[in-house]
Formats: sequence, C-alpha cells, structure tokens
Amino acid sequence: MPTIVTGNCERCRFTDCVTVCPVACFHADDQMLYIDNNVCIDCGACIPTCPVQAIYEEADLPNELRVWIAINAERAPNLPSITEKEEPLPGAEARKADLGF
Amino acid sequence: MTAGSDQHPLWVAIVGSGPSGFYAAEGLLKSGRPVRVDMFERLPAPFGLVRHGVAPDHPKLKEPIRIYDRIAHVDEFRLLGNVTVGRDVSVEELRAAYHAVLFCCGAETDRRLGIPGEDLPGSHTATEFVGWYNAHPDYRDREFDLSQEVAVIIGQGNVAIDVCRILAKTVDELKHTDIAAHALECLAASRIREIHLIGRRGPAQAKFTTKEFRELGELADCDPVVDPADLELNPESLAELEDRAGSVARKNLDVLKGFASRPARPTRRRVFLRFLLSPVELRDDAQSGDGGRLSQVVLERNRLEGGPFRQTARATGERLTLKCGLLFRSIGYKGVAIPGVPFDPRQGVFPSRDGRIVDEAGAAIPGLYAAGWIKRGPTGIIGTNRADSMATVNSLLADLPILDTGPKPGAEGLAGLGPGQGPRVVSYADWLVIDGAEVQRGASKGKPREKFTRVAEMLRLLDRPLPREPTEL
Repeated sequence: MPTIVTGNCERCRFTDCVTVCPVACFHADDQMLYIDNNVCIDCGACIPTCPVQAIYEEADLPNELRVWIAINAERAPNLPSITEKEEPLPGAEARKADLGF
Repeated sequence: MTAGSDQHPLWVAIVGSGPSGFYAAEGLLKSGRPVRVDMFERLPAPFGLVRHGVAPDHPKLKEPIRIYDRIAHVDEFRLLGNVTVGRDVSVEELRAAYHAVLFCCGAETDRRLGIPGEDLPGSHTATEFVGWYNAHPDYRDREFDLSQEVAVIIGQGNVAIDVCRILAKTVDELKHTDIAAHALECLAASRIREIHLIGRRGPAQAKFTTKEFRELGELADCDPVVDPADLELNPESLAELEDRAGSVARKNLDVLKGFASRPARPTRRRVFLRFLLSPVELRDDAQSGDGGRLSQVVLERNRLEGGPFRQTARATGERLTLKCGLLFRSIGYKGVAIPGVPFDPRQGVFPSRDGRIVDEAGAAIPGLYAAGWIKRGPTGIIGTNRADSMATVNSLLADLPILDTGPKPGAEGLAGLGPGQGPRVVSYADWLVIDGAEVQRGASKGKPREKFTRVAEMLRLLDRPLPREPTEL
C-alpha cells in the first residue's frame, strides 16, 4: 500500500520526513518532496514527522488527494534523492499557519 | 591536530550492527571528513533486530538491509563480527584504540511483570519466542509447549502482535518466509486454538500501529474477537480520539469496531483482543497432575484514571481467571550493562545527554556516545533510529576539538584480536559468504533464505580451503 506526499508539502518543504526514512525513498524538486513507492517499505515513520500532515498511507488518503498517487509515481524516480534535512522554503512557516497547523 | 583531518582520520568504534549502528555509520561516513568506522557485533551475522526481530512474514521491513549493505561496502567501514565487547575486547581497550566509541547495542532483555508464578514452565518472554522463530543462536534451543490450546500474551505493542500473528498463522502462510526451519516444524504441530492479547489500558490507548492491527483481521484460519463492551469509551478517551494527536487511536478504534461487527467465521483459531486487564498471578495446577506447570493466569480488571492523554490503569479489585498453558510477556525491553560504561538499571539504558554518555554526576564522559534503544529506550520504529543516530553523530562531530588525542590504531591496536588470538573475527566479506549460503539453502524450499541457527555452523563456512578443481555448475 503506497505512502504518498500531497500538496501541503508544496511551498513548505520542511523535509523532516527524510531524516527518519530507513530506505532513502524520498526525492525532491525545488517545490516539494515525493516518495518512490518502488523503494518505500510502508513503515509510516515519516507520517507523524510532517509539520503540515502532507504524508498519507493510501488507505487514509482523502478522495480529493488521490491525484497525488500518480504524481508521486511519475515524478519521484526522475528526481534526485534527498536524505538529509534542508532549510524549509522561505514562507514555509506562514504557509503552515495558513494550512491551520 | 584535530582528529578528522586528512593525515589523521577520526577512528570510531560502533558497538552493535542493528539499524542505529548502521545509521550512525552512515552519518559518520557522509560527514565529509576522513573517518574510519569499525563496527563490532557479537554474532557472525549483522543487522540486529532487522534480522532477528522483524517478523518473518514482514519481508518489506527487512529492506533497510539493502541500505546497510551499501554502507558496509564503503572502503572506510569494517565489520568485526563474532566479537563481544566486554568479553573479547574491553571498553577500556576500545577507548584507547579509537577516538570515540558509539554504543548502539539496543535493548536485549525483557522487563519483568513482577508477579508470583512468573517463572513457571510455560511462562516465557516475547524476546525468547521472537529470537527462536527468527533463528537467533541464543534462543535456538528454547522449547515452547505448542500442544497447549490457550496462549496468553501480556502487552499490546507491535512485538506482542508479531508473536500473536506467528502463533495464529497457518503453516502455508509462513512456509515461504525466512522463519527458522525448527520453528516452522514446531508451529506445524501447534494445537493452539485461542490467543488472548491482554492490554492494561483501553483500546484508545493501545500502542500498536493500525497496519499491524488490521493484519489480525486478514488471517487465513484465525478470526479476531472483540467484546463490544470494551469499545464503550470513557469521556477522557473520547476526548483523546477527537484530538489531533488521536489520529492513530481513531484508526485503531475503527479497525476494532470492524472486528466487533463482522460475522464470525468457523476458523480453527481465534484471537481475543482484551483490554483494561493486568495479570496479578500465574498459577500451576497441582490437582490436574500438571503441578509445576503454568495452567492459569489471574487477571485484575482496571479502570482508567486521569485526564486525556494522561490516563493510567488503576486496579479495581475485580479478578477473573483464565486457563492457559502458554504465556508470553511483552511489556517492554531493557538494555544490558557492559563493564566500563555507566548504566541506568531502572530505565535499562546508558545514561546520556544529546547522545553523550554521562557519569553519575551528569558530566559527559569524553569519547563515549550512545544511539538507538540503548540511548532512548525501546520506542519507535526502524526509521526513528536514523534521526536518533544522526543526532548522536552530530554531537560526536561537534566534540572533535576535545577528542584530539593523537593518531589511533583502530582494531589493529586491540591485543585480544591479534593473529592467533581470541575469536574468529567475521568481516563483511565473510558475512557475505554466510549470507550466500543461507540464500542457497532457502531456495529449494521457496524461502528467501534458511538462516543458520548456530554460530559454529556459520564459522564452519569460512576459511574452507578452496576446491582444487573448479566446481562444475
């Protein structure tokens, strides 16, 4: 069952998730992160680390966010891997507040 | 000159080869400094709980081994397997041979219930059973009486669920996993009909992850049973569920409600999920001729006290007994002391601050560090240890100015491991020989591997003279 990064990551990119990934399955462009589900082991370690709750197991994914399954699958394999925490994007804290976190 | 410069590499000994040890090695080797890492492991086989803890029917959770294998192939990394720190090599010797010693040796023993009858035959720790079915050499010769019909598991964490699932599954569900052959054989003859999973607090406070919990509803010949009365929650628990922090509990409750409402199937086995109960005594039954063997557990009913997220179980005085011939306790784990390192026997950890091991006065001891379960206690999952180990590595690297004590010899400076002395040190290349043999043994049975269960068996594979003629394939 895939684990999916969704739109809340966009313009935040807090990257806390990558520090607990045991198999280095996160990939990133300059806007957000994606999970390569050919590598992810569904352990769920990343899910509670996201300050904006952007990460879901597929079973818990709200219908309006299911579009992100294909986006993760398509983009992750073509982007560089990210395994170390990076600075969040400028404005991430403001966006986090906007998102209600 | 500071250790970690080009002419003067930083030598670090890591004690333990489980997830926290390998993630610490990763952090050190990626630090951008010249570093040499020697990893000590008491068994010939590395990977700690990923090999000997993760349940055989959860192969995906063993995938981190691919990452550890990549780390182990870095030139600056060496495995020294089959070496017990504190016996073959002292901590003092390690401190002399390395700039820093990083303990990642986990929590190897179980917490006790502290109740009468705990040591009756038939009463076991989850650790023994898990080690037994995962081919850990320490537990190879343990015996579990699976001719019993009722098994009780005390505790509701993920290890408790693993034990439950292995007892509940059919041989067909297990035979293509890497479960130890001797365990599969015993489980094939199991007469277990009922498994009771006993929790001290209520269903909203249970510690298992939803995914593991759901699996109990997907077994071939075993149904979960939940008493609907247990799902009537007190106002404090309802408040926990409504809170943002209650999302896992909410999902767990949904799964439980699903179990409670679904029609029962005529399965051979059943798992009873039971809440608000604590064991107070284990009894033998002298009258039945089973004198000296576990035959029942006395449970006391609890109620919850305290505000949301602070609720604790308090005994009500109401007692009930449950006949059972087999019991496993899975109520937490503790680390084991190593001579030469401070130890907190109450928490079962090496006392530390930011990963720096501290003495009784709370002062950091230069050059001694801890990561993983021996640092923070047995919490979290595999990935949790990656962030934890990185944090300790950052403390270690920040201490470089005070670790400057000249060049270090690494393992070459350990007298007890010299040529012709001490144990046969198992390198990573040696391990790959053992690994290959295990995979080969498993192939004919349709298993990913058939693990060796004895240290001597593994060592026999090494140092064999090369065949005189190339073997025909």
